[in-house]
Amino acid sequence: MNKQLTLDHADAALEFNKNEAKVDWHDETLWFVRTKRDRAVAQIPEWEQLREAASQIKNYGLSNMHDLLIQFEENAIRNGIKIHWAADGDEHNAIILDIIKQAGANRMVKSKSMLTEECHLNQFLTDKRIEVIDSDLGERIVQMRGEPPSHIVLPAIHLTKAEVGETFHEHLGTDKGATDPQYLTEAARQHLRETFLTRKVALTGVNFAIAETGGFVVCTNEGNADMGVHLADVHIAAMGFEKIIPRAEHLSVFLRLLARSATGQPITTFSSHFHRPRPGQEMHIVIVDNGRSRQLGRPDFRNSLKCIRCAACLNTCPVYRRSGGFSYHSAVAGPIGSILAPNLDMKQNADLPFASTLCGSCSNVCPVKIDIHDQLYKWRQVLMKEGYGPGSKTVAMKAMATVLESPRLYRMAGKVGRGVLRFAPITVENGLNPWYTQREMPEPPAESFHDWYVNHKKA
Amino acid sequence: MTTRDQMLANIKANQPALRPVPTDFTFTSVYPDLTKQFIDVLTFVGGAALIVEDFAAIRASLQTQFPNMTSVATTCPELADLADVTMNVTDPHELSGLNLAIIEGPLAVAENAAIWVDERQIPQRVAPMITQYLVIIIHQSTIVPNMHDAYKLLKVDATGFGTFICGPSKTADIEQSLVIGAHGARSLMVYILP
Ligand code: SF4
Repeated sequence: MNKQLTLDHADAALEFNKNEAKVDWHDETLWFVRTKRDRAVAQIPEWEQLREAASQIKNYGLSNMHDLLIQFEENAIRNGIKIHWAADGDEHNAIILDIIKQAGANRMVKSKSMLTEECHLNQFLTDKRIEVIDSDLGERIVQMRGEPPSHIVLPAIHLTKAEVGETFHEHLGTDKGATDPQYLTEAARQHLRETFLTRKVALTGVNFAIAETGGFVVCTNEGNADMGVHLADVHIAAMGFEKIIPRAEHLSVFLRLLARSATGQPITTFSSHFHRPRPGQEMHIVIVDNGRSRQLGRPDFRNSLKCIRCAACLNTCPVYRRSGGFSYHSAVAGPIGSILAPNLDMKQNADLPFASTLCGSCSNVCPVKIDIHDQLYKWRQVLMKEGYGPGSKTVAMKAMATVLESPRLYRMAGKVGRGVLRFAPITVENGLNPWYTQREMPEPPAESFHDWYVNHKKA
Repeated sequence: MTTRDQMLANIKANQPALRPVPTDFTFTSVYPDLTKQFIDVLTFVGGAALIVEDFAAIRASLQTQFPNMTSVATTCPELADLADVTMNVTDPHELSGLNLAIIEGPLAVAENAAIWVDERQIPQRVAPMITQYLVIIIHQSTIVPNMHDAYKLLKVDATGFGTFICGPSKTADIEQSLVIGAHGARSLMVYILP
């Protein structure tokens, strides 16, 4: 198992930060994607209104979820699609295994789905001797390496082309030392084409499910979802129930926002709308809860269910860019993952809402206007109250509370602090002070605000 | 209670009070020249476009672009004689050797160069992805400014499958270097008729 995945965020980030050159490279690569997003957004004068529209459509969706899901189910069944409901990851996995067995298959090709990552489907199927091949190039790369994706849109963003070349040499027999992306992609193309042509069962995620028509949309650049399902006898689509949108026309809003926010493209290469199985094909949709209805019931956090998984908040996050996706030890990394993960397991993911500077950049870029940094802040309150706060923070917070409660203590602490920083910086700038790691301590001001105020009032 | 009923009951119990469905969610885009906008974006995403007078011009261009190409299929009646294989197969696997597919696109979008196709243009859904090279023919008059305009005209469930295609298949999964031709077509050529 990847060592970083077993550590808490801060320690895993420390691990990642050991290779400073790689961290800089990771930071710059993600920032490059963020700037592409900015350029694309600048082309759309009504961008802010579009975000507002998307947010409102999603608000309506959350508020009418029950009826929309029933409407979706009715229409989908009428379209000849089989609908399954799964309360959690285990049920989701069992349903999929059952469909594969019914089809008499022992192999499946899969296109990208963060939901199946969340449910650990690959491991489950592998244990049941079903072979699963991920067909998105980035996913295939990390799958060969035995790693999970480190980013929800760019699963292999943490790897250099030399590392990919090494992996392909080992698994696909490409030339040793080859790093040319064109050459490496061609090798993957040949390998995956063979896979598409020989699999009877294919699984995709769902980007949007349309209540009005009982169909769903899958967006990819590579066309891997399409290659898989149009050649397979059985198409399984796995969706979290929050993917529902009321009407087909609303797709115009989301498809304008999604790819621009994700990679700065005007739209993905393929935006495929599935409504009926092709003649002779079976089509299944597995609608999954896995904690989502609980999140729907938390007024402070339900907005996180509006997420369309564009990853703009990851790309812009100064913490994500410098700590890497694995440091979040959760299927969805970055700011939005840090909101979703504590809902799944508060204890195990209590560190994540603290993995943010609360700078607000995530909320600024979010195409559906999720109040991401506010929710991270609110999670911190909940976690501290429930007793899941990180240990070091609990002690420090208690000390701070005592100081803040007493004006006299507060002034004294300020004086001492300024003195220490000025005359004995070593007592602060050491490894025992977590604030000093990766940071330079500020130059202390000569007088406190209190003294400054008193002096100026006199004048 | 079944999982379904339990899930729906939980959702009903936890969902917030009903909000209105927004009515104001479509916008107008103004481009001085829709065709130019379409071509510019298509070029930006790695595709190519050519404005042509008629099918004779398309034919001539195809012959220079894809000289001596075999395994060509088309659903355009005007170009039927160029095809040496058919897309009308019962098993999509039979298309695995397809080199060039020439199809028509009934609707195109200027803001993002996406072209809609559904089962009326592609009797086998996999055709535009499995082919090595893809050609789509559109009419200038069917280019609409933006996605809102497109969805107003579309009936997405008129057939069982439809897709917006924007440029050739591509990936940037290896160090963000753009590579054209991931799993689907290695190129997209669009001919624009009046
Ligand atoms: S929270 Fe917003 S910005 Fe982040 S992935 Fe979801 S939609 Fe994109």
